Amino acid sequence: MAAPLTLLLIVAVTIRAVLFRSSLAELIPERVEVVSPLNAWKRVVEGLALLDLGVSPYAGDVFHETPLIIYFFHFVIDYAEIVFMMADALTAVALYLAVKDYNKTVFRKQKYALEAERYPLDCLELIRTPKEMYYIPLKVAMFYLLNPFTILSCVAKSTCGLNNAVIALFILCTVKGSSLMSAIFLALATYQSIYPLTLFAPALLYLLQRLYIPVNWQRSSFWLFTTQYAFMYLGSLCVMVCLSFFLLSSWDFLSSVYGFILSVPDLTPNIGLFWYFFAEMFEHFRLFFICVFQINVFFYTIPLSIKLKEHPVFLIFMQIAIISIFKSYPTVGDIALYMAFLPAWNHLYRFLRNIFLVSVVLLACSALFPVLWHLWIYAGSANSNFYYAITLLFNVAQILLVSDYFYAYLRREHHLTHGLYLKRKDGSEATLVLK
Amino acid sequence: MAAHKCNIIMLAFVLCGLTYVFVRADIEDTNHVKDAESGAVDIAPKTNIGASLQSTKTEDQTQAAEEERQWEAETNPADAPSDNKADHVHDTMQHLASRPAPYAKDQTQEAAEEERQWEATEVKEADHVPDTMQTPDVPPPTPAKDQFQEELVIRPLHSGDIYASFQFRTMWDTDFLRGSKVSHYRLFPKSLGQVISKFSVRELHISFTQGYWRTMQWGQPFLPSPPGAELWVWFQDTVTDVDDAWKELTNVLSGIFCASLNFIDSTNTVQPSASFKPLGLGNVTDQRFLRYAVLPREIVCTENLTPWKKLLPCGSKAGLAVLMKSEKLFHSSFHSQALHFRPVCQDWKCKSTVWELRQTLNVVFDLHTSGQGKREWSLFKMFSRTLTEACPLASSSKVYVDVTDNPQGELFELSPTTPLLSQAVVLGDRRTYSVYDLTNQATFGQTRSLNMLLRWRAAESGDMLRPLLHGERYVAGYGLQTGEIHTLMYNNHPYRAFPVLLLDTVPWYLRLYIHTLTVSSKGRDNKPSYIHYQPSKDRLRPHLLEMLVQLPPNSVTEVTVQFERALLKWTEYTPDPNHGFYVGSSVISALVPSVVAMDTNSTRECPLFSSFFPCKEESSYFMRVYTEPLLVNLPTPDFSMPYNVICLTCTVVAVGYGSLYNLLTRTFQVEEPSPGLAKRLANIIRRLRGVPLL
Repeated sequence: MAAPLTLLLIVAVTIRAVLFRSSLAELIPERVEVVSPLNAWKRVVEGLALLDLGVSPYAGDVFHETPLIIYFFHFVIDYAEIVFMMADALTAVALYLAVKDYNKTVFRKQKYALEAERYPLDCLELIRTPKEMYYIPLKVAMFYLLNPFTILSCVAKSTCGLNNAVIALFILCTVKGSSLMSAIFLALATYQSIYPLTLFAPALLYLLQRLYIPVNWQRSSFWLFTTQYAFMYLGSLCVMVCLSFFLLSSWDFLSSVYGFILSVPDLTPNIGLFWYFFAEMFEHFRLFFICVFQINVFFYTIPLSIKLKEHPVFLIFMQIAIISIFKSYPTVGDIALYMAFLPAWNHLYRFLRNIFLVSVVLLACSALFPVLWHLWIYAGSANSNFYYAITLLFNVAQILLVSDYFYAYLRREHHLTHGLYLKRKDGSEATLVLK
Repeated sequence: MAAHKCNIIMLAFVLCGLTYVFVRADIEDTNHVKDAESGAVDIAPKTNIGASLQSTKTEDQTQAAEEERQWEAETNPADAPSDNKADHVHDTMQHLASRPAPYAKDQTQEAAEEERQWEATEVKEADHVPDTMQTPDVPPPTPAKDQFQEELVIRPLHSGDIYASFQFRTMWDTDFLRGSKVSHYRLFPKSLGQVISKFSVRELHISFTQGYWRTMQWGQPFLPSPPGAELWVWFQDTVTDVDDAWKELTNVLSGIFCASLNFIDSTNTVQPSASFKPLGLGNVTDQRFLRYAVLPREIVCTENLTPWKKLLPCGSKAGLAVLMKSEKLFHSSFHSQALHFRPVCQDWKCKSTVWELRQTLNVVFDLHTSGQGKREWSLFKMFSRTLTEACPLASSSKVYVDVTDNPQGELFELSPTTPLLSQAVVLGDRRTYSVYDLTNQATFGQTRSLNMLLRWRAAESGDMLRPLLHGERYVAGYGLQTGEIHTLMYNNHPYRAFPVLLLDTVPWYLRLYIHTLTVSSKGRDNKPSYIHYQPSKDRLRPHLLEMLVQLPPNSVTEVTVQFERALLKWTEYTPDPNHGFYVGSSVISALVPSVVAMDTNSTRECPLFSSFFPCKEESSYFMRVYTEPLLVNLPTPDFSMPYNVICLTCTVVAVGYGSLYNLLTRTFQVEEPSPGLAKRLANIIRRLRGVPLL
């Protein structure tokens, strides 16, 4: 399996290297779909330039990266292209290994269940075979590396690629069962962009499951481990924040990074829901709606954790997807991360209801983004509503995609306990509904 | 427009104030005029003029030394700002500590002073008593040195247009800083004096300009000003909350001048570190006390001129100010009115300071619109008035006509001729002027009115001396996403290089990327020796970019910087958003090498227009150039859509919420077929009838 992965990495890096050398390398970093005020490379360079001028990068409203990023790029600014290509490769390898390990676990569980004869007899169709699972890790890596969204994001040198690498490493460490490293990478991801905070719950569930500790409020072992993990997480987060403070000896970065993410002052168009909504918002409702919109990201964590407490990896997928839909400055790089997981849910394909429609809408929207942007900004023959309409449609498609996968997952679980061909009382074929 | 521009409350306040001032001023004016007529002129004895003019010169010298020090500080900025700041804080602390604080005693003394003052004013006719308030620690009462001068310079331009520049100077000998309340005003406008003493203003410079000064056609103006309104103020170092004082001051000035200065807020105010040094006395260089703001969109009109004229001691009733008829002044290609308030030396020894108020009005009449295409100008044609008298309160009242290019009268003919000629070094050039002294009755001749006539002989005028320093600015790029600001600075000196300070204030909604800044001259990189950059904060403060660039001789230096256009909230756009947003002019300040030796140590009388900027050395002179303001388009949202957008976006969020909620709260169940509608109805009827159900 190492050979195809190596080949894939070589292909991916070649594509990126070619694009970096082409004329597109000038054009892509200006695309609002690919970079946001939060992760644009132009702004990283600006931050470094401000630092050179002796001005704090956070004195202005252009730079919104964390202090660690400045110091990281302070040393590798000349090798930025390599850094971003490596980040992508690292993400892909981490996802590859994580999915491989996860598949093993899934397969083992399935084997035990089969031996214990817990599955109904007609569910044999739903049982996953090693043959179909064999290529899944490679497909995941391929979905990430060859996804046009990832390639664009990498060529634009959006720091989103680095965040994705951190999250991928976090998933890898969690799946491998290393709670300390998992906590550290989770803290790093949170430090970079608050939202991965919601991944705490699935990581905890997964680690508990791995250690065979049941989620039970009365058990002291549950509380012990939870406290331990939370302590590691908060401790490393605290260390990072303090380190940032000592790097610049000021707390300005808190308001400039996290305040900026949460209060959405920059209304530059992007593929998300926030920009036009808050550009058109009545001033006295602004705070209320900012709270409502931001809560959306964190809101689903608890119910999802309860519903999916047996399936933490799917929960991670759901959380990443929700983050990338409802975050304040989304880019296509965020979408690429959760899309990389889609091959891992190949077996849900037969339960998906509107995958065709959704994929067509996503493709059409991706093509229409640059067209309508051009009409609005350059040609002047369209206005902002055109672009806004496409972002709406794009987000509806994403929501449908995620909820469809969620539906399919739940339905498969239901079939695994109740049998695939359900019968009514009178013996006729039954249909399954949500009630 | 007035209603739009004027803050109603301020207007009411100022109206009350002005009514009071007029009542007082009227009484006093009549007194003064009577005095003047009866020959007992006690305001400004002739013998004083020479001395006071000398003082102007020495003040220039002192300022020159000061300026030199500042320039040095600017050229090695590494250590200067922090030191200054520390020193300054120290100074302030000392000042506060050493100030005596017997408050009650002060009050009683003050009350007594006030009483004395009132008596003094009443018995003024009999005995001339000092007008200024004396603080207890300065016992000997000195005679007031308030005086007023007025002058008009007319410069025929090579393009056939004509440039007229009025300058009025009021000297105010008072000491409002020592905490004493000034309640008596002679020549100085009370409305302004009260404001200045209330806000502890050290220097105040305000200008209102309509039109853009075309340097390449017209040469240099005597006093440059950017299009729109410009205001810069140095506060006294005793002011603790400068921002607060600035905010109140702009609102009060907005009322006084009936202008939209109340739109000056933190988003267009900056504190330049080097470009705007005090022009008057004093060694305050701490930029904490400086505020600078430009409103490039401000439209200047009659309603701004009227309050400006009212600040003159003679109003527009006598003297040169009678020429200011607004329908003529505003029917011109360029109109600029300004007011400069600063401390200057009282005499050549410079032992005490007086406050100088300069009111200037510059206007360029167009050859074709005002002159009907004829190269023939007269006072009457320009202003539709002629001069009949000087302002009785003025110690000097003169009209200068620039005849440098016309020594033998071959270019134009000037009538009536005057025997008086004056030479002045102005803007690095020795100019010759014909002088008409209005205080001399002979000037008016038989007709008792002066109407100068200037008739061009040559249809094609000679070549104009190219201005040594010149600036241009424009926005490059297309589309509404990004853009690039280009600033061009021309050094037309054939062999001398000189440094210039460039100041750029860019509003926050054009996000500058300082790493894209390039400075190049003659195709090569020209690294600025000093850059002061203050990045913007959204909705809080603008970008401030100041740099010191060396301009090579005979070259064009191009400064470019890229920016990104922000999408604003829909309420932040102006009512005509697709007109675009104005960006104020860049300011280029420079010490330009002079062709002729500048006057630095001469104590002889020199006209007002040549003595505004302090001059420190013979070989160079100070010059300020303003570039064009920019008009930049921003992307706009659809203003008619707020409800639609709120509804649609919330629907999408609700779709997300709904589908997840559905999946989270419900479980899968086998669907039990529900009977059809007909069957259900039939069953209801059967139940009523008591028949077994289907």
